[in-house]
Amino acid sequence: MEILIISIIKSLALIVILLTGFAYLTYYERKLLARFHVRLGPNRAGPRGLLQPIADAVKAIFKEEIVPDHVDKPVYLLAPALALIPALVAFAVIPVAPAMTLFGRTIDFAVADINVALLYVVAITSVGTYGVILGGWSSNNNYSLLGALRTASQMISYELPLGILLAAIVLSTNIGREMGTLSLHEIVLQDRPWWLWLWLWLAFPVFFIGVLAESNRSPFDLPETENELIAGFQIEYGGIKFALFFMAEYIHMITGSALMATLFFGGWRGPFVVPGTWHGALIGFGWLFIKILALLFLFIWVRASVPRVRYDQLLHFCWKFLTPLSIAYLVITAVIVVFAG
Amino acid sequence: MVLDYLPLLILFIIAAGFAAIAIILPTVLGPRNPNKMKQEPIESGMIPFMQAWRRFPVQYYMVAMLFIIFDIEVIFFYPWAVVLGKLKLFGLIEMAIFLGILLIGYFYVWRKGAFEWQ
Amino acid sequence: MALLLFLALALVALLAAVGMVTSRNAVHSALFMLVNFAVYAIFYIMLNAQFLGVVQVIVYAGAIVVLFLFVVMLIGGEIGAVRSSLRRYTYAAALILGALFVAMIGLGIAQTISTDQTVAGAPAAGGVEAIGMALFTTYLLPFELASLLLLAGMVGGVARRYKALDED
Repeated sequence: MEILIISIIKSLALIVILLTGFAYLTYYERKLLARFHVRLGPNRAGPRGLLQPIADAVKAIFKEEIVPDHVDKPVYLLAPALALIPALVAFAVIPVAPAMTLFGRTIDFAVADINVALLYVVAITSVGTYGVILGGWSSNNNYSLLGALRTASQMISYELPLGILLAAIVLSTNIGREMGTLSLHEIVLQDRPWWLWLWLWLAFPVFFIGVLAESNRSPFDLPETENELIAGFQIEYGGIKFALFFMAEYIHMITGSALMATLFFGGWRGPFVVPGTWHGALIGFGWLFIKILALLFLFIWVRASVPRVRYDQLLHFCWKFLTPLSIAYLVITAVIVVFAG
Repeated sequence: MVLDYLPLLILFIIAAGFAAIAIILPTVLGPRNPNKMKQEPIESGMIPFMQAWRRFPVQYYMVAMLFIIFDIEVIFFYPWAVVLGKLKLFGLIEMAIFLGILLIGYFYVWRKGAFEWQ
Repeated sequence: MALLLFLALALVALLAAVGMVTSRNAVHSALFMLVNFAVYAIFYIMLNAQFLGVVQVIVYAGAIVVLFLFVVMLIGGEIGAVRSSLRRYTYAAALILGALFVAMIGLGIAQTISTDQTVAGAPAAGGVEAIGMALFTTYLLPFELASLLLLAGMVGGVARRYKALDED
């Protein structure tokens, strides 16, 4: 019974944090893009435009709901939910702060600490494709269907280099231990020698490119391509249903950043963190938050600087460059683990 | 062990509930003035002349098929990656054979031009 | 508690299966199948086979159903229009295969009851470490043969496509 109550509280907290994170990520992005363009960005709603996300949310909720006649209605209504649910649940296994002891009980700052955490994230991401495919198909519009097929091909293709690199990271957890692990809690706690950190950082740019493509961000925002597909699979969606697709994309960005911070930059670890205490948990969360913000800045910086790739380039890049590269990385990591670990 | 997974089930139910509310609520709150123009497919001002549900190029299918095969291959990497510290050189040779056989297929597919997008 | 959860989920799986077979629209069928696969993943986890549970989601829900959806989209709207000359045979085939299937399941249940095998409850038996050790020592040969199977699938699919292109 107790586990039920704790789970419900943690789940609600996670969802509230992710939704707030989404709202202010849109603000963060618009402000930053404005800086890159030498503009001001949103500045009317509230001081410095800080209430802009709330105004947007209210507007989306009170818009007229249009369900066009030519769509497949059940699937059309289901698709935004299928996009959003995986985005909301993927974060669950990432530890956001060190566990702390309060009134004699240990509080763990993750919704779930499971032994196959890394694979759980892969599984949830692989299901995230459905919102896009079904949204595009059910709209029964030429543009949206083409957009959906393109996006689905893109997302499944880039899952491969990402999956291979994740396997290489799992391999690296063998070093200094009897066996490797898939638990993100253990990966954060593990002490790595300095040369292993360097070797892992070598993989970070490739992984980051994969995450960009997986979350359909610029320069891989082929699903949208407003000048050829006029917003792709989302074209027949308006109001809150459009906002839900948008929400899913941004929460994927947050989760991707948190995962990269956890795998490549030590998660909540940093100076002044004393695990087990309340201030340790607080500072640990602060470190993770800063790392996530920095990675999100990278997402937006790329969007402001790099032009969109062509569709054939996108698939060539994945199948002929990233995939062989990540296989080579995996093989070298395996050799390192066997001979140096 | 199984209990570790219960929070995920609960989170899933709550997330699904949130998505359902988010989709249903605005239909109650928002205004409603449907007209014929709003109900038509968007084609940038052109008059739609055909259904979108029709045949599509086989290239997309090839990507999906190759993806399944490589995905299954990647799945085998994970248990291997976890136990390689124990298997040592033996494990390395095992995977070298497995990967070698698959790389033959990879280069065949490459040579055949399945990665070329027309 | 666990039994209650199992029964509720089993009902969902059963309804999804019925929905999949009776659906007129191929995309709806694929969606019902997705629900079915998702429930199986939960069953695996409840049986302490966590690794199989997530693999079920990654491979079946994340890849195979996507391929089905692609196929449905590729052939377009002509699905469901089974040629009427084939109709007669489908009923006979369904009956025979259904009977075989029931016999198979019955045999499986009978065997399990008579030998009293308890699969569940073995701690860490389905964990990724246990599966890794078993796969890469005891079942080494099947593992290596799996690569040949995958190779055959890859080469076969691509070769078939280019043969079709040449014939055009």
